[in-house]
Amino acid sequence: MNTIILRLIAERLGVMLVTLVIVSFTVFAATQLLPGDVAQILLGQAATPEAVAGLREAMGLNEPAIPRYFNWLIGLTQGDFGLSYVTREPIADLIAGRLQNTLRLAAITTLISVPLALSLGILAALYQGTKFDRVVSTATVMIISVPEFMVATLAVLIFAVYLKWLPALSYANEVTSLWQLLKTFAMPVITLTFVIAAQMIRMSRAAVIETLNTPYCEMALLKGASRRRTVLIHALPNALGPIANAVALSLSYLLGGVIIVETIFNYPGIAKLMVDAVATRDLPLVQSCAMIFCFGYLMLIMLADIISILSNPRLRT
Amino acid sequence: MTQPIVQLKDLRVNATTDSGRQVEIIKGISFDVGPGEMLALIGESGSGKTTVALSLLGYTRTGCRIDGGEIKVAGHDMAQLSEAQRASHRGATVSYIPQSAAAAFNPAKPLIDQVIEAAHIHDVMPAEVAREKAIELFRALALPDPETIGERYPHQVSGGQLQRLSAAMALITDPRLVIFDEPTTALDVTTQIEVLRAFKSVMKQGGISGVYVTHDLAVVAQIADRIAVLKAGEVQEIGTTEQILHAPEHPYTKELMSAFEPKAFVGAATDLAPNPTPVLDVKRVFAGYGPKGANNMPAALILKDISFDLMPGKNLGVIGESGSGKSTLARAVAGLLPPATGQIAFKGAELHPDLQDRTKDQLRRIQIVFQLADTALNPNKPIGKILGRPLGFYHGLKGQAREARVDELLDMVRLPKSIRHRLPSELSGGQKQRINLARALAADPELILCDEITSALDTVVAAAILDLLKELQRELSLSYMFISHDLSTVEAICDDVLVMYKGEIVERMPTAQMRDGAQHAYSRLLVSSVPKLDTHWLDDLQQDPEITAQFSRR
Amino acid sequence: MTAVTNFIARKSGYNINLVGLCSATVILFWAIVALIAPMITPYPVGEIVDWDYFGPSSSAFWLGSDYLGRDVLSRILMGARFTVGISLGAVTLACFIGVTLGMLAAVIGGLFDQVLSRFLDAFNSIPSKLFGLVVVAAVGSSVPVLILTLTAIYAPGSYRFARALAVNINTMDFVTVARARGEGTLYLIKEEILPNIIGPVLADFGLRFVFIVLLLSGLSFLGLGVLPPNADWGALVKENISGLPFAAPAVIYPSFAIASLTISVNMMIDNLPKKIRDRED
Repeated sequence: MNTIILRLIAERLGVMLVTLVIVSFTVFAATQLLPGDVAQILLGQAATPEAVAGLREAMGLNEPAIPRYFNWLIGLTQGDFGLSYVTREPIADLIAGRLQNTLRLAAITTLISVPLALSLGILAALYQGTKFDRVVSTATVMIISVPEFMVATLAVLIFAVYLKWLPALSYANEVTSLWQLLKTFAMPVITLTFVIAAQMIRMSRAAVIETLNTPYCEMALLKGASRRRTVLIHALPNALGPIANAVALSLSYLLGGVIIVETIFNYPGIAKLMVDAVATRDLPLVQSCAMIFCFGYLMLIMLADIISILSNPRLRT
Repeated sequence: MTQPIVQLKDLRVNATTDSGRQVEIIKGISFDVGPGEMLALIGESGSGKTTVALSLLGYTRTGCRIDGGEIKVAGHDMAQLSEAQRASHRGATVSYIPQSAAAAFNPAKPLIDQVIEAAHIHDVMPAEVAREKAIELFRALALPDPETIGERYPHQVSGGQLQRLSAAMALITDPRLVIFDEPTTALDVTTQIEVLRAFKSVMKQGGISGVYVTHDLAVVAQIADRIAVLKAGEVQEIGTTEQILHAPEHPYTKELMSAFEPKAFVGAATDLAPNPTPVLDVKRVFAGYGPKGANNMPAALILKDISFDLMPGKNLGVIGESGSGKSTLARAVAGLLPPATGQIAFKGAELHPDLQDRTKDQLRRIQIVFQLADTALNPNKPIGKILGRPLGFYHGLKGQAREARVDELLDMVRLPKSIRHRLPSELSGGQKQRINLARALAADPELILCDEITSALDTVVAAAILDLLKELQRELSLSYMFISHDLSTVEAICDDVLVMYKGEIVERMPTAQMRDGAQHAYSRLLVSSVPKLDTHWLDDLQQDPEITAQFSRR
Repeated sequence: MTAVTNFIARKSGYNINLVGLCSATVILFWAIVALIAPMITPYPVGEIVDWDYFGPSSSAFWLGSDYLGRDVLSRILMGARFTVGISLGAVTLACFIGVTLGMLAAVIGGLFDQVLSRFLDAFNSIPSKLFGLVVVAAVGSSVPVLILTLTAIYAPGSYRFARALAVNINTMDFVTVARARGEGTLYLIKEEILPNIIGPVLADFGLRFVFIVLLLSGLSFLGLGVLPPNADWGALVKENISGLPFAAPAVIYPSFAIASLTISVNMMIDNLPKKIRDRED
């Protein structure tokens, strides 16, 4: 660790904070676009003007938007997400358990997909142009070309409808045995793994192949190194930064995937909560979920940046 | 008689083009290299010299294929071996020193690991022994701190050092043959000498055979025993170095030799008025990049206190090595890099530092021509449009008048009119540089800033461009500011020369005095470092090691 | 088929391979369908025409019937209008805005570039589906809202891509020459930069089109995109998802339609026609 690296990392942290503020502002501003009066919408057409006015007062809607934005932002930093429009419960309570479910799903998917995808991606680069490479490449293009819900429906068709190995809708509230645990997570995890691994394979393969085209990899071949040695000893260490980026970027596809997967499989995670909130126009809940997602996404991006900083030999002295 | 190390017989290499057509790029080349002998492959770009050299390693670049012939290296026919067998000889029997060592070292690994890698791959000695040997080689190659330099990463050593380290990398396995692929082309002249000396001494000591690929005859003269002259995939002439240099037989070899002969410049006989106004008058210019600091100077100051003038009809050469600031000087004059302080006057009228604030007429009178013709022409525009734009922009020419003027310009730079419909990619390097010049001429300028305009060209083509510049000067009243790292180019066209070092002008003198009358120590070092077409030049060269150490960044 | 690719190569001076040609055909097919859909639907789109629901493929209903007994083929043909139309509109707007701003930032540089880049990068770090959800939650869903939202989501990426390309071109000597000549920003962008980045920009246009089709389908699948009575392909999958357990054609064919379009565009980009540089003429 030297000062240059620390400074660069500090810089990334600063950029992330600024980004987070801009993102929060955008999320807040988007929800202000709502035509009409929130209180009126919530109470319905039949509500008396007094009731509407009372709710407006209670929700602080009479204040101008800018102070409300700052109140909301300050609340967020203190873990105060406000109240749901629909259930009038504290949002923090609604989110807590759901977030855990989603994180668990994401963690299992990551644990399976990252090693799988990296080994396939690197192998495809190693055996570039062979049948193996062509099969892997074609399959990944196919998968990234179709919507996540299609991967999910295909998984259902194959594993539940034809093979009847797994139930189509998977979530059981009480997980009592390992088998049940497997069954519970199998479909969502299979779907998400396909979606994310495809991205990751493509990007890591490209990163290694790009490095293979450098003069120093040609030099390694001219020293008599085998292709395997060239890939593993020379290309891979230099492709580490791009690969870390690929992993982080692909994991960010988890977000998109998780929204679809939780809906399809009726999995009680935070994404399902958010989709339901959108349907009921529960804006504070939507905002809070959005901020949590953005935060997770930015953390991943930052992690990727830091890994590429650390893997740059020019900064290591 | 001992067997030759290399027996190349009727080598043919094919390349596949975009449309899938096969083109023969090496058309039956044969030569031998004896034990301990150094053969130079000399030729211009596209002659196939690197392809031939790589084929000795049984290697071809993507899209190329060895199509026939025998490539016997130390008794093994590389053309017949399997890929695994070829790999077993690469780095062991025959090794390779690349043009750009800076790119050929893996940035993520310490140098020593890469230097001894071939020994590990071919399992010729234990790692400890290989390390000892590497340190010996470092010492033999006159690298500083031989014990510890290997622990560093590639970005921590200089270009000249990397080039010598790559020689150590090639020699670690005691190969029978070493391929040198333009190993000093990317180096400055003062650095080149040390590297050449180091190569020469280790090759002689080890009695190793070599194949040295280059386009530079003077370098070849120092290092090769025999020379093969290549053109368009065929050997034109092959002979001993003395014979090729002093009694070339093939017309192409003669042409190469004559292009290399330095030509003294006879200044245009312009009678100057008693007190003429200089075309260009630069006073106390400081310029650089980055945000301005407290003293109003940019963070990275490149030009320091530059003052000079240029009289009408005269040519001023600017010489210096990479990083001397000579190209930055051209950019500052053109207004592309506004100086932090100082004045630039054109014909007595002061120019605004930033080109955005200069008038169209001021812009018109100073034109700039760049080094790389490839990047100086928009690849998506036909030549006619490229030349037509300044005509419309500066002179408001339209339609027929513009077309006619484009034809005139093409004629001026000795190109056929039919070329106007072609795209830049369809022209040769020399043709592109002529179009580049024609575009500048389209403005009817009074001063042309030439930034290394012949450096990327082959010798013969470059000589023709210089002749063209001289003719144009006679026909039009032009002045050139001619930036180059190549002394003989400057000698061929300039009246006066500025020597730059680290952003400062160390000396100004008439070009005729440059060889013998330079005053400043750096000017003398620079001049004496330029290789001559004399096989004994390198061995006889005496330079003051203190001055060398002071000025060259090895 | 090789005869066809050879013919094209001879006529146009471009080399196209078989995969590229097939992909182009599929893309062209859907483009034409989107244009003339109302003329070729065998049944009125909204009408219940089959007694059965989730009916199988038959001579009357080529692709079966949906969960209400409507003709799936007719609905897919009309759905092409929404999927292709909205996506094309959004991608055109997004790339126009992104590429224009990207080139401007590269040529002008300085503070303009820094502020714009920082802002758009931040905007880019909002996951796309999420932003879609937030907007739909706030203003509801309609075709113009969808187009504008998709534009807003994908313009920053297009900006970043075009800017990176333009910055490279901007350092080329021919741009410096034009600048030294005194040319204005508009000329630099239009004449010197754009023609040299147009190839990759078009490929990026295709990729972004795929992303938009996927996002639009995803939103519709969540019930937040194109709303009934209209339906794009994503909405068709959603409304028939209850047929999934028995693999009803009504849920499978709309998915195929999406896949055929997006895979074709991706394949087309990977197999773009190559200009033959050594043509003999």
